[in-house]
Formats: sequence, C-alpha cells, structure tokens
Amino acid sequence: MSDHELRVSKIRNGTVIDHVEGGQALNVLAILGIDGSEGLGVSVGMNVPSDRLGRKDIVKVEDRELSQSEVDVLSLIAPEASINIIREFEVVEKSRVTRPDSVTGVLSCPNRNCITNTEEPVETRFEVVADGVRCDYCSTILRADIADHIDV
Amino acid sequence: MRQDHLITATQLSRDDIEAVLDRARAVADDPAAYADRHAGTVLALCFFEPSTRTRMSFDSAAKRLGIDTIDMGDVDSSSVSKGESLSDTVRVIEGYADALVLRHPSEGAATLAAENVSVPVVNAGDGAGQHPSQTLLDLHTIRENHGLDDLTVGIMGDLKYGRTVHSLASALTNFDVNQHFISPPSLRLPRSVRFDLHETGAQVREHEDLDDVIEDLDVLYVTRIQKERFPDENEYHRVAGEYRIDADTLEAAPDHLSVMHPLPRVDEIAPDVDKTDHARYFEQAHNGIPVRMALLDTLLENADPDADEGIEVDR
Ligand SMILES: [Zn+2]
Repeated sequence: MSDHELRVSKIRNGTVIDHVEGGQALNVLAILGIDGSEGLGVSVGMNVPSDRLGRKDIVKVEDRELSQSEVDVLSLIAPEASINIIREFEVVEKSRVTRPDSVTGVLSCPNRNCITNTEEPVETRFEVVADGVRCDYCSTILRADIADHIDV
Repeated sequence: MRQDHLITATQLSRDDIEAVLDRARAVADDPAAYADRHAGTVLALCFFEPSTRTRMSFDSAAKRLGIDTIDMGDVDSSSVSKGESLSDTVRVIEGYADALVLRHPSEGAATLAAENVSVPVVNAGDGAGQHPSQTLLDLHTIRENHGLDDLTVGIMGDLKYGRTVHSLASALTNFDVNQHFISPPSLRLPRSVRFDLHETGAQVREHEDLDDVIEDLDVLYVTRIQKERFPDENEYHRVAGEYRIDADTLEAAPDHLSVMHPLPRVDEIAPDVDKTDHARYFEQAHNGIPVRMALLDTLLENADPDADEGIEVDR
C-alpha cells in the first residue's frame, strides 16, 4: 500500500478497492448498494495522487466482501481497480478486476420499452462491448451512463 | 440455415440468407411441390399487438405447406390482459404447436420467448426492435429485381423507430451494398443500429434530402413517418411532407430504380407512383408468401432430427 492510503484508516475485516478512477468512488458504492444505512464502516478517499492514474479514489468497506457480479460491474466503471480482501488487518487476497464478457442481473436496461422492464420473470443480461455494455434483449447500448443504471 | 429460431436479422449470415432465398425461389417456381410437406404440424400465431397483415401472411404461408395454424386471438380477450407473463404464455403454447410466430410490443420479447421454449420461434416484430421475416422478403424482392451485389440502396423515412429499417440495414451489410439513410434529424438511425453497421465495416451515409442521392440509387426503400413521433401536429405535417414521393420526385431517378415499402402506406408514396415501372411494393408484399414458406420449411426441418442427416440438433 502506498503512503497516501494511510490517510484513510486501516480496516480489520472487509474490502479495499484501490485504483478506482478519480471521481468514481461514489459510483463504486452505488454498485455495492451501500448508502450508509447498512451500518457498515465505509471510508472513501477521493482524488488521491497516484503514479498510475494521476488521481485515484479508494473505497474501504468493513465487514463486506464482493460478489463476482459486483466485481464484474465494477470493472466497467473502474477498469484499473484492484481489490484487496482484508482479514485481521492483513491483505489475504489481492486481485485486479477483469472485464467480463457479460453482466447478468446487476444493471437495468435504459430502454423503457425493453422486455426486461416489464413484469416478466427475467434477469437483465448485458454483453460487454468496446466501450460499454449492450442489452442482450433489445440491443440498447449503455456507455458513460452505466452507473446510473445499477439496479440495487 | 442452421438456426433454431429467427429472432434478429443480425443473426443471419450471407449463407443463411441465400439459403432461404434460394428456397423461396424454388417455392415460387413450384408451389405444388411444397403443398403437403408439413402436414400434421401446427403453427401458433401469437400476436400480442394487432397486425392483420403479417398474421395473414404467416397463416397463408403455413397453410400452403400443409401446416395447421392456431391463433391466440385478440389480445384483449386472452389471458395476457389477466396479467400472465409472456414467459408463461409461450411455455403453455409450446405444448400446442411445433413452432411459434410472435408479435409483441416490447423490444426483446422474441429473445425472451426463445429462451423459454424448445420449438422454433419466429420474431414477427418486437416493439421498435426487429422484424426479420420482413427483411427476408425485402431481400428477396431486391434480389429478384437487381441481385444483391454492387448495389446502392437508399432507406428513407422513420429510421429511428422503424423496425423493418433496422433489420434490413443490418442484413444488407452481408452484401456488397452501399447504403444511404435519408431522414429528418430527429428520426436518424438509433445508436445500437449504427454500432452494428460500424462493426461490420459498413459506411453509414446520412442525408436529410433525397435529392442528394436519388440519381445514384438502385433501390429506394420508403417507410412511414408516424404522427405519434412528433409532439406537435404542425411539426409532423411539415416534416412528413418533405419525405413524401410522387411520380415527379422520381423523374431524377435512374429508370431501373425500384421503390419499395413495407406497407401499409398512408400518403408517403403518392398513388401516381403505382403506375410507373418503379413501383415494387405490391410485388414485395406478395413475396411474403414464398419467403415465409421457405423460412417455416427451413426452421421445421432444422427442428426435426430425422430430417437432419444424422446430425444431432441442439434443442
Ligand atoms: Zn434492453
């Protein structure tokens, strides 16, 4: 961990999401469905100087580990992010996010007339394309606005 | 064609398209040879949105192959209005039929239906999405009149919501065709269609004025601009008026130009065009029969393991 991360206190158990593109920290929390009401300890560092990204955000969430589908969506808004699983103050697992081929059940389709926005018992499914994701049902493409369509 | 369903035009390769169109030609040449090919099979016509024309066309095509059809009737009187999901409805109807034809107001409905059943599903229109059997008959009409290579096609009208346009534009990328898109700025091609066209390396040339390209066209495909697309009736009349053609408009066109339209038309093609050699839209509508016969014949053949020369069909 770099010195800059010390600005945010160490956590005992949970997840540190590092190297998030500057300005995306709140979207990361949105993906994780965290708005504070869960009672989890959350610390956010924004616009921390970074060698690799210039400016980066860091998100630390206590007592919470991420599911694969959360990591998949995270990779779309924070492609450079690294995920550190912390147990008893130690990093027990460190991984970079990878772009998945598709994302199931996390995003909602922005097309109001899409079959996934009706009462049908169906999970959304998006194919990951060059610079965004594309609905498998209606073909609508979602780009910069991905964070606005996280379905939590 | 090794497809189990027909959902979008984008799923079709050049070989798939040519195989169906070759068969459509064979059907048109000798309809009697196909008359009883599928006796004993049943096709379900599931129209969750009214479309008398498309429904009749499928019904007629099926009957000419010896297929019986069942019809869920008007949407108001079916269980749809009682709140049954599409997923459940098609799973029930699957037990009654060997294939389903589906028209539905939501985009992606046919994809969802195909995920829920193991009989072939034909998308007969999903919202503003796709209408691929229309595309096959459009391609058949173009092919019989001009061939499908070294061709310049103009597509005009409502390119944003017109599902026939989306399917046709993507299918044409399989062939050596220059495409021009002519529409008011508010009704240009949607982002997803543009994306598909760029993916295939096709150039998207857009125009606001038909006069810019009419001299170069072999085919002019006209679609209706609908009143509902405009917040204001005056604005609609002003815009729609600019995309209306008549015999005078076609003075500038090459003699061999074909004018096509998915029909029904309202007034976007004046009746005086009907008498010119350019009019191809009634022929186009009639081509729905051999093309849908060829399509149903192909899908039912693919769905029948015995007819598949020993290759396991993944159902
Ligand atoms: Zn969608």
